[in-house]
Amino acid sequence: MPDILTLPRPSAPSISANGERYAITAENLNVYYGAFQAVRDINLKIERQKITALIGPSGCGKSTVLRSFNRMNDLIPVARTEGRVMFHGKNIYDADVDPVEVRRRVGMVFQKPNPFPKSIYENVAWGARINGYRGDLDALVEQSLRQAALWDEVKDKLHQSGYSLSGGQQQRLCIARAIAVQPEIILMDEPASALDPIATLRIEELMRELRKEYTIIVVTHNMQQAARVSDYTAFFTVDEHRTGYLAEYGPTTELFTNPRQKITEDYITGRFG
Amino acid sequence: MRDRVSQVPGYPDEKQFQGFIRRRRRRGAMWRTLFLIATSVGIVVLSALLLNILDDSFGYVAVKNEIEPAALLATYAPKRLPMERGGADYQILRELSRDVQVQILRDHLSQGLIRRLESEQPLDQRSQEELGDLIIERVVEPHFLASWSLFDSVFHRARIKAEVAEMDGASLRFYSWLNPKFVVSPQSSHPEFAGIRTAILGSLWVVAITILFSLPVGVAAAIYLEEYGQKGRLNDLIETNINNLAGVPSIIYGLLGLAIFVRALQPLTGGSLFGIGDATTNNGRTIISAGLTLGLLILPIIIINAREAIRAVPQGIRQASYGLGATRWQTVWHHVLPNAMPGILTGSILAISRAFGETAPLVVIGASAFIIRDPDGPFSKFTTMTIQIYQWTARPQAEFRHLAAAGIIVLLALLLGLNATAIWLRNRYQRSY
Ligand SMILES: Nc1ncnc2c1ncn2[C@@H]1O[C@H](COP(=O)(O)OP(=O)(O)OP(=O)(O)O)[C@@H](O)[C@H]1O
Ligand SMILES: [Mg+2]
Repeated sequence: MPDILTLPRPSAPSISANGERYAITAENLNVYYGAFQAVRDINLKIERQKITALIGPSGCGKSTVLRSFNRMNDLIPVARTEGRVMFHGKNIYDADVDPVEVRRRVGMVFQKPNPFPKSIYENVAWGARINGYRGDLDALVEQSLRQAALWDEVKDKLHQSGYSLSGGQQQRLCIARAIAVQPEIILMDEPASALDPIATLRIEELMRELRKEYTIIVVTHNMQQAARVSDYTAFFTVDEHRTGYLAEYGPTTELFTNPRQKITEDYITGRFG
Repeated sequence: MRDRVSQVPGYPDEKQFQGFIRRRRRRGAMWRTLFLIATSVGIVVLSALLLNILDDSFGYVAVKNEIEPAALLATYAPKRLPMERGGADYQILRELSRDVQVQILRDHLSQGLIRRLESEQPLDQRSQEELGDLIIERVVEPHFLASWSLFDSVFHRARIKAEVAEMDGASLRFYSWLNPKFVVSPQSSHPEFAGIRTAILGSLWVVAITILFSLPVGVAAAIYLEEYGQKGRLNDLIETNINNLAGVPSIIYGLLGLAIFVRALQPLTGGSLFGIGDATTNNGRTIISAGLTLGLLILPIIIINAREAIRAVPQGIRQASYGLGATRWQTVWHHVLPNAMPGILTGSILAISRAFGETAPLVVIGASAFIIRDPDGPFSKFTTMTIQIYQWTARPQAEFRHLAAAGIIVLLALLLGLNATAIWLRNRYQRSY
């Protein structure tokens, strides 16, 4: 496993690495869709190499906040972002930051498994290739698939279509694909919501494994999942304008056993949402 | 179940419900019948069209030869007995030894004609086949005195035979207007020898230019509008305009092509700028003008179809690509385009078929009425199959109508081939999500 750390990471001139405690922080983040404000005044410091869960009722802006961490909101024409997202001491929304570079270092796994209509091998190799990876591609593919706990299931059919896999396998393939470009942070938007309980458990196991090397931010609707897998939990809710805000944030055990806010308690005990 | 239906307030009771179901069934059956009738009408019309074409493509002709092949054979090759069956004696002329063939030609053709033929290609260097054809065309000189449709030939044989018997020196032959010679012979003013080769080559050249122009431009425009263009009022305006352009009558495009390609860009499209083509006679009325005009004509269709296909690529694939740090260009090139390709090809097939069948705009920009020489590049004068067919149908002699029918069959076959290729291509690239 340690050899994955020795794989060269392309140097990033405009964002320099240092030994900070936080992997990424949102500061006074506001996101609008046209005239509608989706989230307001989000201040969130994500701990390095921990799993942070974002929970909250549907429509409270969890996905919106998650996407603002790697500028995926840029792809939504009506979306507008205010505030700052600091990554290695640099605001990723600054004019001189290239979103392409941000996304390479802050990877993403989506709610619905979305492998490319290519072979399993190509699914994993493509991201590395377009990002200029010059090492041993076969080795990288194998490592990524191993890390995603998929290698044993697919090693004999690397050249079959990614669509020949089951839903849970497809999602792990998407995780392997994200890992292959060696990001520092992996964003996951309800990665297990389309999967059965067994596949869900495998993904959770995998996340715990990945935490050793990556910072993970995961959106989930599943309270047990958040409690089981995450180190920190951020609870979002909506105000009277249906604008989302961060209601409570803290270590998961604290938030679940001893919530400071009434609304958090109502939500996690199932009396709300 | 039944009890429940009758119990639920607001719903019809058991008896009413049964009647209700019957009424719904009847209405369904009525629509089904209507759909069936509509389909049948389509099939009938199509069959009528095909039958009509076939009816004109085969049938009896009354042939009168200036010199009977039998007479020629008796003089020059007494050992070869002419066959009884019509047509086979022509074949014997093609099989004579080349010395004999050349002798026949020298004996029957004028000095001047011989000299002209020799200067095109010396007679004794021509193949047996070619010499045989020359003998048939120049010495035997068959004329069609009359021709009949397939229907008449089958059902009124006795009457036709009686008619031909009264014609002086005519013999009756069953003739297929669609034959290999027809496909490979150039245009001619004699229906006995006219072929569609020049027009086929013209059509292929024109459509090739059309594809070369409209496919890349159309797909590029579609990519820009879908993947790069800002969604907004300007984009909507462009979209509306393109949709309207797709509905503009083709003759208008002909006028546009005439103004731009033939007139304004004459030095370019006539080829004089490049020193090729026969700019003094073609006046810009060249294959490239025709191809570009048809290209403009189908450009909106290609753009609309390509946009549709690009839009159908699942958003998840784009997101996955961007999420890995791909640039817009990498996303388009590696994912959007390959996945949209089957759809783009399907749409383009239809558009290209349309270009293949267009006539009016080509008439406007000035297709040549009569050319014998094969087109040899984008700067040649041109005719196309539809133009040729149109001109044949416009002639008064019945023989040209038969030629037109045979031409239509060739056109349909080519269109079918074109579509089959495209479908094959599409299936090759087909992907499933
Ligand atoms: N592309 C968009 N255009 C306009 N409004 C949007 C868009 N995406 C999200 N919104 C709105 O922003 C708000 C937050 O949406 P978001 O998807 O972030 O919620 P969520 O917390 O992820 O919900 P869920 O748990 O259902 O996924 C919602 O009111 C939603 O309607
Ligand atoms: Mg969401």
